[in-house]
Amino acid sequence: MAAYFEYIFIFAIAALLGFELITKVPPTLHTPLMSGSNAISGITIVGAIACARLGEGFLSQALAFLAIAFASINVVGGYLVTDRMLASFKKKEK
Amino acid sequence: MVYLYLLATLLFVFGIKRLTSVKTCRQGNRLSELGMFCAVVTVVLIGTNVNWAVVVAGILVGGAAGLLIAKRTPTTQMPEMVAALNGFGGAASALVAMATLLIDDRVQQTGFALGDLGIVPAIAFPATIVVGMVTLTGSFVAYGKLSGKKLSHPLQGAQRHALHAGLGAAAIALAVWMALTGNHVMTTVAVVLLAAAAAVLGVFLVMPIGGADMPVVVSLLNSYSGVAAAFAGFVTREPLLIVTGALVGASGLILTQIMCKAMNRSLGNVLLGGMGEEAVAKDAKDYKSIKSTTPEEVAMLLDAASSVIFVPGYGLAVAQAQHVVRELADLLQKRGCNVRYAIHPVAGRMPGHMNVLLAESDVPYDQLWEMDRINADFKNTDVVIVVGANDVVNPAAREPTGPIAGMPILDVDQARTVIVIKRSLSPGYAGIKNPLFDLDNCLMVFLDAKEALEGMVKEVKELR
Repeated sequence: MAAYFEYIFIFAIAALLGFELITKVPPTLHTPLMSGSNAISGITIVGAIACARLGEGFLSQALAFLAIAFASINVVGGYLVTDRMLASFKKKEK
Repeated sequence: MVYLYLLATLLFVFGIKRLTSVKTCRQGNRLSELGMFCAVVTVVLIGTNVNWAVVVAGILVGGAAGLLIAKRTPTTQMPEMVAALNGFGGAASALVAMATLLIDDRVQQTGFALGDLGIVPAIAFPATIVVGMVTLTGSFVAYGKLSGKKLSHPLQGAQRHALHAGLGAAAIALAVWMALTGNHVMTTVAVVLLAAAAAVLGVFLVMPIGGADMPVVVSLLNSYSGVAAAFAGFVTREPLLIVTGALVGASGLILTQIMCKAMNRSLGNVLLGGMGEEAVAKDAKDYKSIKSTTPEEVAMLLDAASSVIFVPGYGLAVAQAQHVVRELADLLQKRGCNVRYAIHPVAGRMPGHMNVLLAESDVPYDQLWEMDRINADFKNTDVVIVVGANDVVNPAAREPTGPIAGMPILDVDQARTVIVIKRSLSPGYAGIKNPLFDLDNCLMVFLDAKEALEGMVKEVKELR
């Protein structure tokens, strides 16, 4: 139980940090922020990889494979799209 | 080795921070990419008995699919694509919770119930599955709606709420059953049923939400995918997931708030929805004095104008007219005309949609004006050209009642002349009549946005 209390504590502090980090976003960046943070939510890939262990049953490994694949779509697709958007912002700064 | 997780967390924090400023955003995205790389490397390095075949195959298959989706999708379909990617993230978190249950030896023992792990995991497992599945199916309904499919809720009013409440109650009952049954076969059955109930709920929750509210839904689902990842962190006892997921959840919620404010609606009001289904205008019959014009006549007006404001909307994105609008703007500016773009926060189908679109055609930042900054200037403007926008310039929002009452709008009706480029008089995505079209100073150009603007460019060039 004590360990879980720490987790709840971490969750609360991280959420507060999130609110503080992103108070002011210029409208220009609403889309990239959304798609960039969307890619970050693919962090669940870490949990998915941790499930892929030798010696486990077929079903659990099938689920782990799907989880890794879906999270990879999210991560790779999300970052590339965000980069594509930001590249078009960058061009005209020069 | 575990300190690499700390490094990854810091990279995400600074990455997100930098994403909120135009100067540093690209670097911010790079930092967060690096954070992700760091996290993935760490988990395979510290893992014991890593099933490499599954890990490598999963990353290759998913990575290739992600690459294809990101490279192949045209800019017009950007909002749909972001929604779909988001759905995959939610699904992954739900699957992580399921797989973790299956590989937990204690839970697989007869007589050991999920609840015996403690109250937090007993809640975290079902919560991850529910939020993840709702994100998955909700995102795909949003995807369908954004690509123009008509998906409306089969039930209305009280029946609809009863259905949603029923599904919610069923999910809670299944979660309790999961926590208490000591039989792992029963646990598996409960997990499958729970995932199914949540999937159906996700579909029905997004279905009734009107098209004009899509920016809210897309950012809210984005927040959910973060929350699902954070919950998955409780399940896998992985603080990295908790911190990172919470950051994304918070950022999605802030964007959602910004979008709600731009429409003067509460989040609850958007979610309970219904707007866009009831109040549909009955086409041209509802309008009294529509004046239609041609690109040629507009060109003459533009020739005499000393100030012009473009108001882009979703129609600009659909017609892919962002390059030609810029061509026209540049042409006018060279003649000494003051050219600007007025950007409504919810114009388009996702937060900041118009900004991304116009950035693609290299429109200078200083020409993009936010609603609050430009609204007072409309009355001193000669010509306003509304390109494929409707609800965000609808004066009906100023009425005390009505489906969009109180929504802040761009005051285009105060300009000397308003040109509206629109293919037909059909109502906007919100499905309501726009009294702007009936005004004396409003002229309609019934053409596709690209065609109309190309015509104007050609005529303006010929005038001198």
